[in-house]
Amino acid sequence: MIAIAAGMTIYVWKARARAVGTAESLTFQGPVAPPVSGSTEAVTLYVADDDAGVLRAQPFKIPLPSGRQQRAEELLRNLVELYSAKSSYHPIGQGSEVRDVYLVDPGLAVIDINSAFAEGHHSGVLVEELTVASLVETLSANIPGVTRVKFLVDGKPRETLAGHADLTSFYDVAAVHHLATELQSR
Amino acid sequence: MVVISRIAVSLILLGLLVSGATPEQKRIAIFSRVTSYSLPVVDVGGQEYSGFLEVLEPLGTVSAKADNKHWKLRYNDLDLEFTPNETRVRINGSNFVLSSPFLMQNGRGLVPVSSLGPLLSRVLGGPVTFNPASRRIFIGNVAVHFTAQILTSQISSGPTLVMNFSAPVNPTIATDASKLRMSFAHDPIAPPGTQTLTFNNQAISSAIYEEGNGAAEITIVGASPLFAKFSNDRKTITIAAAPAVAAQAPAPAPPTAVPEATVAPPPAAAQGNAGNFPPVAYFAVVDASHGGDDRGAALTSQLDEKDVTLSFGRRLRQELESRGLTTLLLRDGDTSLSLDQRAGMTNAAHPMIYLCLHAASQGNGVHLYTALLPSGGENSSAFLDWGTAQASSLPRSQSAVALLAKALGDSKIPVRTVSAPLRPLNNITTAAIALEISPPASGPAGLSSPEYQQSMASSIATAMSFVRRNLGSAP
Repeated sequence: MIAIAAGMTIYVWKARARAVGTAESLTFQGPVAPPVSGSTEAVTLYVADDDAGVLRAQPFKIPLPSGRQQRAEELLRNLVELYSAKSSYHPIGQGSEVRDVYLVDPGLAVIDINSAFAEGHHSGVLVEELTVASLVETLSANIPGVTRVKFLVDGKPRETLAGHADLTSFYDVAAVHHLATELQSR
Repeated sequence: MVVISRIAVSLILLGLLVSGATPEQKRIAIFSRVTSYSLPVVDVGGQEYSGFLEVLEPLGTVSAKADNKHWKLRYNDLDLEFTPNETRVRINGSNFVLSSPFLMQNGRGLVPVSSLGPLLSRVLGGPVTFNPASRRIFIGNVAVHFTAQILTSQISSGPTLVMNFSAPVNPTIATDASKLRMSFAHDPIAPPGTQTLTFNNQAISSAIYEEGNGAAEITIVGASPLFAKFSNDRKTITIAAAPAVAAQAPAPAPPTAVPEATVAPPPAAAQGNAGNFPPVAYFAVVDASHGGDDRGAALTSQLDEKDVTLSFGRRLRQELESRGLTTLLLRDGDTSLSLDQRAGMTNAAHPMIYLCLHAASQGNGVHLYTALLPSGGENSSAFLDWGTAQASSLPRSQSAVALLAKALGDSKIPVRTVSAPLRPLNNITTAAIALEISPPASGPAGLSSPEYQQSMASSIATAMSFVRRNLGSAP
């Protein structure tokens, strides 16, 4: 009996330790890749301003990983972080994230945003196209070779960002560059 | 107790007999280019139903047969299969869901009135606008719009109200002491931007639009008895104080019904003969964006973009038509239309210009957008690519935007022009513009203000006239 009781105690203790470990891994929601550190690089982010209705090219120095795809993701995450700040001129919904960026040769980039990004986004023609142009222009300006961009939401196609900006089509980088030029002036 | 109840019932029945009152038969009115007609509505279990065979018969070739399980109906080339007490309908093999179950009563197939709008749209393959409150169904662009304007002349004895209609009308007219009522049972009169038009004139102070039970009614309120005169092939009604009493103090008079026989018979067009309706060449297709389940932007906590675009679209249509610019409003009710449907209907109408309306909670003035298309364009083959169908018309769209911006700028309205990834602009095969109105200085709630909308609609319609004069004919 003593041996059985001791055995049960050890089993329960191990099972509990396993359960705690599982719970911890489920609640972890940070990036899979380690935080980027080290030397910073000069990049240009195209930052939207809702009140002025413009897109501004702004120089930043941010740490970037060496991999092309990871660089693309880090760039856009920095941009989204900028918009998530309380003082943002282009506020986006709480919990908005760029989940992944896939670079598919030749020249296609797929930006996968989360549903909080789309659901929490302000609805309107200009405010939505500022977001789209900001993401596409920032990506193409800093990652050479991107010629087309496709958006997904939680890995799935979606008709519009928040009722207006089309997400069904592939964005032609040259056309968006022209749009970004239009949006940089009033 | 039973005796008291019987006495009470007898008294009620006697009262009804004495007063001659009978409950008004509920009706639904259907207006199409082919014909206009009304049908009785029956109440079953608190739901309103109408015979679907009777609805379709005036519109095309239809036949129906019932077997043990289903009621099968063939309309032109379309097969429909209804199942009694079920909401699912099979239409050429695909499903359509009614709001309440289909019923069979005495060999008649009954469908819920609330489903008639979307069901007819599916069967007829075009836009159908249904106003459930008044039970009026408009199939296609049949709506008759009107403008009302007070004219004062030093020669005549008093002011006159001139009402211009976009098609001949044949109302029944009744007058009493100071009101003239025009009841439109056979004309698809569309509601004006506001229910009450106020004229700031003592002799004729207002016109009130109401609709219900399949008919529309316009009541002109004056200070004395009024009379109406038809002209311009029954497209103009002029209302003035009755001559005999014009110089006298107004005196109460019993209601006087003017029988239809006292006025000229309606022209064939007003009777809805399809052969008398030539195809309409539209200058503009105005698309009130969003609608139905798609609310668009929440402009305020209580104001949806879909409601602003609809009311603004109606005003703009009226303003454009009053300037002689024929206009098709794609959505004339709170209905859902997909972007592909909007593009398809527009391309089928072959207008000179497509104008898609949006509203924003920020900014000022008007934003004008043209389609954002891939650089270099596509469509080099014999078939148009749906995603870039706008490509060959884009220069024309940009010219139209430039003209519109100039004319609006001349009216001191701030304008910004930019391209946008906004469907269905890229699917339209004619000049296509999206127009987003910004709120007035009072804030986003002001977007629903009739005064603000009217002012913007008037300025935009004037600017569109400028576009019409300068854009040139379609390529």
